[in-house]
Amino acid sequence: MDPAYSIIVFTTASGAGYGLLVLVSLLAISGALPPTTGLGLAAIGAPAALIAAGLSSSALHLGRPERALGAFSQWRSSWLAREGVAAVATFAPLGVFGIGWVFFNDVGGFFAGMAAACALLALLTISCTAMIYASLKPIQQWRNGFVLPAYLALGLYTGSLLLVLLTRMFGVYRPAFALLAVVLLGLAWAIKWGYWRHIDAAPTQISLGAATGLGRLAEVRLLESPHTEANFIMREMGYEIARAHARKLRAIAHVALFLAPLALLGIVAAGPPILAQLAALAAVLSAALGVAVERWLFFAEARHVSMVFYDRAG
Amino acid sequence: MTDLPVAPSPTRLGLVVDLDTCVGCHACATSCKEWNTGGHWGPLTDVNAYQAEQRGVWFNRVFTYEVGRRGEEARTVHFPKACLHCENPQCVAVCPTGASYKRAADGIVLVDMDRCIGCKLCAWACPYGAREFDEDQGVMKKCTLCVDRIYDDNLEPADRVPVCVLTCPTKARHFGDFNDPESHVSRLVRERGGFDLASELGYRPTSKYLPSRPRRSAPQESSQPEASRTASDPASGLLRWVDRALSR
Repeated sequence: MDPAYSIIVFTTASGAGYGLLVLVSLLAISGALPPTTGLGLAAIGAPAALIAAGLSSSALHLGRPERALGAFSQWRSSWLAREGVAAVATFAPLGVFGIGWVFFNDVGGFFAGMAAACALLALLTISCTAMIYASLKPIQQWRNGFVLPAYLALGLYTGSLLLVLLTRMFGVYRPAFALLAVVLLGLAWAIKWGYWRHIDAAPTQISLGAATGLGRLAEVRLLESPHTEANFIMREMGYEIARAHARKLRAIAHVALFLAPLALLGIVAAGPPILAQLAALAAVLSAALGVAVERWLFFAEARHVSMVFYDRAG
Repeated sequence: MTDLPVAPSPTRLGLVVDLDTCVGCHACATSCKEWNTGGHWGPLTDVNAYQAEQRGVWFNRVFTYEVGRRGEEARTVHFPKACLHCENPQCVAVCPTGASYKRAADGIVLVDMDRCIGCKLCAWACPYGAREFDEDQGVMKKCTLCVDRIYDDNLEPADRVPVCVLTCPTKARHFGDFNDPESHVSRLVRERGGFDLASELGYRPTSKYLPSRPRRSAPQESSQPEASRTASDPASGLLRWVDRALSR
């Protein structure tokens, strides 16, 4: 599948934003974050900005972005519509929760309820994003049990790195935050490891003979393509990445998304303050690069059944 | 709502494509393009139409496959492919706006171009590659089963069929109601062993394909011994023609 930059930016930025929102909401409720105005502005503003940036980026992918409001209507059947509804719905409790924190320095009672709603809706939105992909039958690299947990774990993990950086900057950091990030890192790493093992081992979904029904006669080969130039289907679904490149990019993802942040989190936990600050920032930047590569691969390594008709792996 | 119709439609319109008689002339594809580019769902935009890297919308595309071992045993099968108007069209289910829909009356799958936002998710959901994005108009397009022909009372009854069916010079395309067990298309499917494309994916396509008939046993030398003997001589082009003309 064609790795569109607008969708890579959208899923990674909003994933981290919703992940951070979940953690910030739950930590505020539990009293682990002091309800001060400055921290509130950053802790609510950062995820809101990431989510808004992601959603705007996703609109760039549309052929008719001016009609985007129509995309909220079909929530009964479409995961994309559900994602849109959940994404926008999150802003309501987010706004109230933010007002309570920033203006009234209060995250208890009613505002705690709003925070809980934030966390719930944020998890729901990430799940809807994942299900858009996990529900597509023609793409077996997406339609498997790893995709939903991977999106949730990566969203929470990248959010937790932002949490570490944010709390260090405001002097409200606790060692438990780095530990939380390490746990989420391990979880996400294990799921992605399993995902890549799974898609490498999975056999081709359907052969040319089975797709065309001509396999009942004998072996089938493409003799002539319907046209000389690549059509929409071939450009959108036929993106192919060389195996050697995929291996290298996976290695980059392993290092930048997991290994380097793990080492940097060690410095955050044990290093002197100024170094810890820099390490927290470096961990965020490294993971940002890593998750972009991971998401790029998520698309580039996905193969669509329709390409089988062109005698290419589907 | 892009929920699929609850009850099965009273008629279920679709095509039968006969892979035995299709000669791969692409007339169905070009006539489709011509009709639909000027019809309700037009234009079928072409970008760079007269230069390299042409990118154009087509509802129907003709593949050509070779079946069997390479060499003399191999046979050529032409394979036109367009939307199959599935009973379980996931392209409709995934549409966030309701622009994609399946008609409750006859099962035709259509796109409302005034509501489509061009998210392309429907194309991702279609395993047959039947939907093509019009990058100029920013909306998704697909075969309409010529819904703007088949119900048009201004046309002669014989012309109220999809234009690809009307055009096909070898009568390799047939149009009809698959709910009627005695319809032309239902009988063809029954008698010729019509099959679904990629049935294991569970989309339950309405349109069916008829397999190539078994190959006749090689050249019929026994019936015309004189002709075949001469024909086996490669140097006798003119003589072969004379021989054939005389042995008629």
